[in-house]
Amino acid sequence: MRWLLIAILPLWMGTIQANVEVLQFESPQMEERYRHLINELRCAVCQNQNLADSNAELAQDLRRKTYEMIIAGKSDDEIFDYMVARYGDFVLYRPPVNRSTALLWAGPFLIFIVAFIVLFRNLRRRSRQRSPALSEEEKREARKLLNESSEGGK
Amino acid sequence: MNRYIWPLVIFLLLSGLLYVGLGLNPREVPSPLVDKPAPAFVLPNLHELDKTVSPADFKGKVWLLNVWASWCSSCRAEHELIVDMVKQHEVDIVGLNYKDENGDARMWLRRFGDPYTASAVDAEGEAGIDWGVYGVPETFVIDRKGFVRYKHIGPLTAEAIEGKVLPLLKQLEGESA
Repeated sequence: MRWLLIAILPLWMGTIQANVEVLQFESPQMEERYRHLINELRCAVCQNQNLADSNAELAQDLRRKTYEMIIAGKSDDEIFDYMVARYGDFVLYRPPVNRSTALLWAGPFLIFIVAFIVLFRNLRRRSRQRSPALSEEEKREARKLLNESSEGGK
Repeated sequence: MNRYIWPLVIFLLLSGLLYVGLGLNPREVPSPLVDKPAPAFVLPNLHELDKTVSPADFKGKVWLLNVWASWCSSCRAEHELIVDMVKQHEVDIVGLNYKDENGDARMWLRRFGDPYTASAVDAEGEAGIDWGVYGVPETFVIDRKGFVRYKHIGPLTAEAIEGKVLPLLKQLEGESA
């Protein structure tokens, strides 16, 4: 029985491998670039996935396109430009800084600065407030309490 | 007093932002192609495979490119409207048959009517990538200069045709090449 299972196992592995696109690269650097690119490019159909994660047909086509362009000797920038020209800035997971994305990039810093100013002003106001002076009656009361606690400590 | 006004102001600003932001359709990715020259292609003609279809054939004309496929169910709903539209307002339409089987596509056109001036076969989806197609059906309006002027993503509706496509066609037909 065990031998039978061991004999069957490679067949099963074969079917798993068949689901992954088998790509041949001339160098490990090229493969590295391919992995980087398909992780940085967004799939337009399934919007919260990148090309690497998506199984949509368009994502498969664009992966193939990315692969072909790498093999053809295109640079990363050329590949990004190619995708942006067709699908817009939307395909980039890191949108470029331009007029329409300025607020997106600067927003967190602006909010941080505003929060810092508010915090600073509140702290200053608080430190300026003095606690009101105690009356004679209250001072006597306080001394009594302090004495009691120091005696208790002995 | 300020202490009460500021949270209210922030609340109102956020409400406004969310109201507008959540009302937008995230599926509608603005096409970078609008106001750019229409991408070129030379593809086999669906009805006569030894002949070709190319945007260059429609130079100087206002025309539409409709991306469709027989496997695409929402193309069915749209198709009727396109057939009606052509009867109402004569215009050249190129049907880009996207990743389809030629036999299925021909049968589909025989059954539901063929409003297309020419049907191009994009079996591999290469032209589709150049046109930035990511969801079929999609429809483009191209002007006399060969520039894409409008892109409709998803099936055309009666409102989209009456409200956007036809007025735009009339406007563009009035422009000189």
